[in-house]
Amino acid sequence: MTAFLRLLFRNRLAALGAAVLALILALVILAPLLPLPDPDATATAERFARPFSPGHLLGTDHLGRDLLARLVHGTRMSLAIGLAAALAAAVLGSAIGIVAGYAGGRTDNIIMRAIDMLMAFPYILLALAIVAALGPGLLNALIAVAAVNIPFFARNIRGITVGLAGREFIDAARLAGMGHGRIILSELLPNVLPVIVIGVSTTVGWMILETAGLSFLGLGSQPPQADLGSMLGEARAALITAPHTSVVPGLMIFLIVMSINLLGDGVRDALDPRLKSGALSRPRATTRVDRKGPVPDAPAKGLLDLQSLETQFHVGPRVYRAVNQVSLHVGRGECLGIIGESGSGKSVTALSVTGLVASPPGVVTGGAVRYEGEDLLGMPYGRLRAIRGEKIAYIFQDPLATLHPLYRIGAQMAEAIQVHHRVGAKEAEGRALELLRAVRIPNPESRLRNYPHEMSGGMRQRVGIAMALANDPEVLIADEPTTALDVTVQAQILALLDELRRERGLAIVFITHDFGVVAQLCDRVAVMYAGRIVEQGPTAEILARPAHPYTARLIACVPELGGGKRELAAIPGLPPVVDKLPPGCAFAPRCDRARPDCRAGEIALAGSGRHDVRCLHPEVTP
Amino acid sequence: MAGYILKRLLSAIPVILGITVIVFLIMAMIPGDPATAILGSYATPENVEKLNRDLGLDKPLAQRYVIWLGNMLTGDFGRSFSLNRPVLDEILDRFSATLILAGTAFVLCSLIGILAGAISAARQYSLADKAITFVVLIGISVPSFFLGMMMILLFAVKLRWLPVSGMYAIYGGGDLPDLLAHLAMPALALAAVATGVVARLSRSAMLEVLRQDYIRTARAKGVPEGRVVYGHALRAAMVSIIPVLGIQAGFVLSGAVYIEMVFQWPGVGRMLVDAILKRDILLVQGGVVFVSACYVLFNIAVDVAQGLLDPRIKT
Repeated sequence: MTAFLRLLFRNRLAALGAAVLALILALVILAPLLPLPDPDATATAERFARPFSPGHLLGTDHLGRDLLARLVHGTRMSLAIGLAAALAAAVLGSAIGIVAGYAGGRTDNIIMRAIDMLMAFPYILLALAIVAALGPGLLNALIAVAAVNIPFFARNIRGITVGLAGREFIDAARLAGMGHGRIILSELLPNVLPVIVIGVSTTVGWMILETAGLSFLGLGSQPPQADLGSMLGEARAALITAPHTSVVPGLMIFLIVMSINLLGDGVRDALDPRLKSGALSRPRATTRVDRKGPVPDAPAKGLLDLQSLETQFHVGPRVYRAVNQVSLHVGRGECLGIIGESGSGKSVTALSVTGLVASPPGVVTGGAVRYEGEDLLGMPYGRLRAIRGEKIAYIFQDPLATLHPLYRIGAQMAEAIQVHHRVGAKEAEGRALELLRAVRIPNPESRLRNYPHEMSGGMRQRVGIAMALANDPEVLIADEPTTALDVTVQAQILALLDELRRERGLAIVFITHDFGVVAQLCDRVAVMYAGRIVEQGPTAEILARPAHPYTARLIACVPELGGGKRELAAIPGLPPVVDKLPPGCAFAPRCDRARPDCRAGEIALAGSGRHDVRCLHPEVTP
Repeated sequence: MAGYILKRLLSAIPVILGITVIVFLIMAMIPGDPATAILGSYATPENVEKLNRDLGLDKPLAQRYVIWLGNMLTGDFGRSFSLNRPVLDEILDRFSATLILAGTAFVLCSLIGILAGAISAARQYSLADKAITFVVLIGISVPSFFLGMMMILLFAVKLRWLPVSGMYAIYGGGDLPDLLAHLAMPALALAAVATGVVARLSRSAMLEVLRQDYIRTARAKGVPEGRVVYGHALRAAMVSIIPVLGIQAGFVLSGAVYIEMVFQWPGVGRMLVDAILKRDILLVQGGVVFVSACYVLFNIAVDVAQGLLDPRIKT
């Protein structure tokens, strides 16, 4: 609770709202003690006195009544009526909601239908109808506003009650012989009460405004009794000659509603964990680059080179080192596998290449990514965009989430071409058709008109591949493209990728957590753990003689077809969270070969250069 | 699509019936004798009895409802005693004025709100975002009737740019420029709150969408950022914005009651308030049913628009 309040008041606007509201409340509560004149004492000789005139700080109204006194009493009335309406709506609405949710079945159905009917009205028409029936008056306005807001509470509370009614503690209470009334009062009510309280706090401002509105129309408080709305309504006749009589109550309503809104926004933000994690901030067009050290020199060779790449996530005071000093290279026609458990940093490595890591919170803090010798990280947006999809293309894991749900397949593929080449719509579509054929999608003509949700997972993944190939890229980065698919489809897609590599000389970076897939496709493989490469080398050699204990355990996870009965060895424990890594080997806590020196300090990636390992006590020496 | 529209229209029938039941029941709560209320306490017992018979008030409740509903279906909403003309004629006359006012405000709040929200999200934490957020906060906090009054003071009295009130100038007006001049202030004042709500929602919907995987895909394809934000993201965000537009239409229609009072706009809202103050029950009853039914139909149009935008909705 104190943490919540601290968070709330760190939000300066919310604090301001709270302060203004507290001031108004204090004014209203202390009203009887303040030395104010009688708010209803008329003095026609002094009508429409301007503000700051002697004896009347805010002036007087059309009957010569002191505006300050009327303002304080009107505010008191408006707040009281608004609060009463909110409470009445909360009590009745919640009662209906709890009963409907608890009873379920037909009772629930009938009640909620009726509530839906009430919600079909534009709210004020319902309020007007009620006032029309009961007659104008403050109490009737209160009843009308409360009645109109009952559906809001009924629906919310019913939703929560339905969730609670199926839970064990309600069954237990029922078995213990408690009556329905007692279950509702002693078991359900305490659980929904916080929601009711939040509901009241978010609607009270609204209800103050609504009752003031009805009074403004002349349907609420009747003279001489005054609330802010009727003050404003009465002042309207003299709007042009004596504007201050309108401004004073109008500003007060504005202040009350605004301070409640500010406070409400603050509460909502403080309760929303997404705000703190940065999940509500807009990701930039490219990942932010903030390199602490010098940019490494360009190497002589290579199509795509990652040099000591460091990508971090900065979330509040925490720094997650998702990618730590990763160096990789891939040449034309070559396939490099990156393997590791989820959270090992392999996807972030791949996304860092063309600046696709969401930022904030992602930041590239060091190293370089070179495509044909040119550093992509420091490149201006326009040039990087020209490379994205044209030279370096991606295939993502889950094509249902990664294809735009509202565009047809054909349009999405055509767009991939048209953002890089000036071609007409017809031509782009023709090319899209060709691509769909190339990835062996049956009936490609009709598929172009499909939306992603109308296709199967395998078909969608083929569309993803086809789209990546749209501009005949040089490098294809495939981020677990087969994980969501069944085995036969997976095999087909791997075969397809392999064929493309051989035919088009494509360089492929293949990210996976499955050594079986790596064995089929990759020439070389890099094993990642906790943001670092722990072993790299030719696939065949690593499969035959894994040096790092982690690699060995990963390989042991792959079931062998025809390999007879063998215990599949899961790796005990979980990969570490990369914000507070211990010194030394990150795998040490899960490693049965670990010795004290493993935890002592930095361990270098060492070996022949063809096959390297980051381990002091490897299974074999590479 | 046609089948979908038909299905939605059929689903409106029970809702509109429900509305008539609720309105009827509320009106039946009127304490005392409506005929006395209408004729005043000095009416002779014969006159009260005659009016009761004319209004069908001597029959049981259910029967009265069926008669009332049947009459409405044939276009007979009864006769307004305060205006001495058929209720439906009066409603239709007034409703066009309300439609012009609320329709303009609705278009304004949708366009400005969505655009402001999208810009605000696209340039999160920029000066533009802060300015929009600030204006939005004021917009949703100021009561529309107060805003309208302040606009009159500024634009009509002080600057003399626009007419103070009414729908047309009394002398020589009546053409489109005249209507637009009269419409500007009330439409803006009416749109203010809804614009704020739509802008807020659009901003958060955009921020939500901009985090989605398909936005990353668009970037990976090399789609220029402007098109990513105002094409891919905005289109996806519309899926959650459109239902809110439907809800806001109800708020605009409600706010029109206040705005019509402030600007002397000859619409249904002012008619209803006058009718309530004069205890012209038939006029209130007819007006509420008519406008609510129109609102239900409008919401069906919103659903259909949603179905057109989002192919995942089964149409």
